[in-house]
Amino acid sequence: MDNSKIGHHISGQFNKELEDVRNKVLTMGGLVEQQIELAVTAFSTGDVEMAELVIKQDNQVDALEMAIDQECMQILALRQPAAFDLRLLITVMKVINELERVGDMAERIAEMAIQLSGGDTNKHDQYYELEHMAELVQEMLHGALDVFARMNIEDVITITGLDENVDREYGSIIRQLITKMMEDPRNITRMLDVLWIARSLERIGDHACNICEHLVYMVKGEDVRHLTQKELEKKMKE
Amino acid sequence: MTEQHTRTHAIDVSSILQVQKKSSEPNEPCIKVENLNLFYAQKQALHNVSMEMPKKKVTAYIGPSGCGKSTLLRCINRMNDLVDNVTIEGKVLLDNENIYDKTVNVAALRRRVGMVFQKPNPFPKSIFENVTYGLRIQGINDKRILEETVENALRGAALWDEVKDRLNDNALGLSGGQQQRLVIARAIAIEPEVLLLDEPASALDPISTLKIEELINELKEKYTIVIVTHNMQQAARVSDYTAFMFMGELIEMGTTSELFTNPRKKQTEDYITGRYG
Repeated sequence: MDNSKIGHHISGQFNKELEDVRNKVLTMGGLVEQQIELAVTAFSTGDVEMAELVIKQDNQVDALEMAIDQECMQILALRQPAAFDLRLLITVMKVINELERVGDMAERIAEMAIQLSGGDTNKHDQYYELEHMAELVQEMLHGALDVFARMNIEDVITITGLDENVDREYGSIIRQLITKMMEDPRNITRMLDVLWIARSLERIGDHACNICEHLVYMVKGEDVRHLTQKELEKKMKE
Repeated sequence: MTEQHTRTHAIDVSSILQVQKKSSEPNEPCIKVENLNLFYAQKQALHNVSMEMPKKKVTAYIGPSGCGKSTLLRCINRMNDLVDNVTIEGKVLLDNENIYDKTVNVAALRRRVGMVFQKPNPFPKSIFENVTYGLRIQGINDKRILEETVENALRGAALWDEVKDRLNDNALGLSGGQQQRLVIARAIAIEPEVLLLDEPASALDPISTLKIEELINELKEKYTIVIVTHNMQQAARVSDYTAFMFMGELIEMGTTSELFTNPRKKQTEDYITGRYG
């Protein structure tokens, strides 16, 4: 299945509307990806200005979500789409909801970055694992958006498979943070902030997985939510 | 919160989930079509069609013009017998009896399988006479029975309240939508098992169309309904099962919800999403 699904509609206007919705979702995805990138960089470099930019830009993500939702609803009401067109629109409405949540996570990371800025000098070494985790979830989100752009669900298993690594890293970060808190209780406030960042990154991974599941429904018409990785692998082979 | 407490307050959702499962269970078939081929002289109009239409459900045929959906519908009460040069092979089973068997009385069959056409075709008689026509042919003339039948049939066709004070008026004075409901009343007055509707709403305005659709929904409690429609949204709204036909072949048949959200065949997908042609 490929992009040609959208083309060849008898009604050219309808084609245009679907194409337009799709492009907007990809724009929104790009913006959200950028938000994570900026938030994580702001955290690791202690760049308060950058973090503030992320917080400021979150309303653009929200506005895109509402605009796309509105457009989908209009198409549903006026065109009564069926089959793939219907699944595309329903999926878009769910995917943008996930993206909006990811945007909120980026905003939270930026907030924590501001609180953590200053004081701590050799942060880079301390939070090496956190940065690695960030890379992983960014890869997952990018992969999920790529699946949407190409409408090819072959990579879904690989992407959702990464979530196990993310969860493992999350666990190890928590253990480290607990150790640091026990070493010196004065660390607790800071470590809780770092914990929020780790937690947000972990959630972004989950949202990327959810997006993948929605996309499988869009392409195959099969609901694969709430399955284990093994069950999902089996379903995808069917 | 104690475990006991949680348990007493847990909301039971199993009934909701059960209903979803139930709707996908197969139903007892009322009409079975087996390897049906139909030729108009040399031209083959139906190619080896086999399908089952469940009892007291609405089955819709969709497909582009000339795909054979009306032809197939007309096979179910042997209306095609009236067309010259028609050859029919295969079987159509109504309650497991082949209606093309030589011993079948066609008039009796058509009493069991009523039909309504695209254009309302009331007789140029009074509303009362239109509804009682079938009974009178059967020799029923008891005034009480006739009056009762008229009321029941008109109520069944959701027309009673609109015409009860003018049953002796000429039926041709009714609006198109009313005429179509009158024709349906005429069809159900003789209490058939199956109702065949050939584009019953295509000549009607949207409100009359909705009334007919609402009526179909009510009628399926008593009758097995097969409907041919050009309007895909209508098929989606009124039917439980949908069959997609193309060039005389049955391409795909399934529950309406499945066929309109996730068709298995590409041809079906292209047609229902408007990519056909």
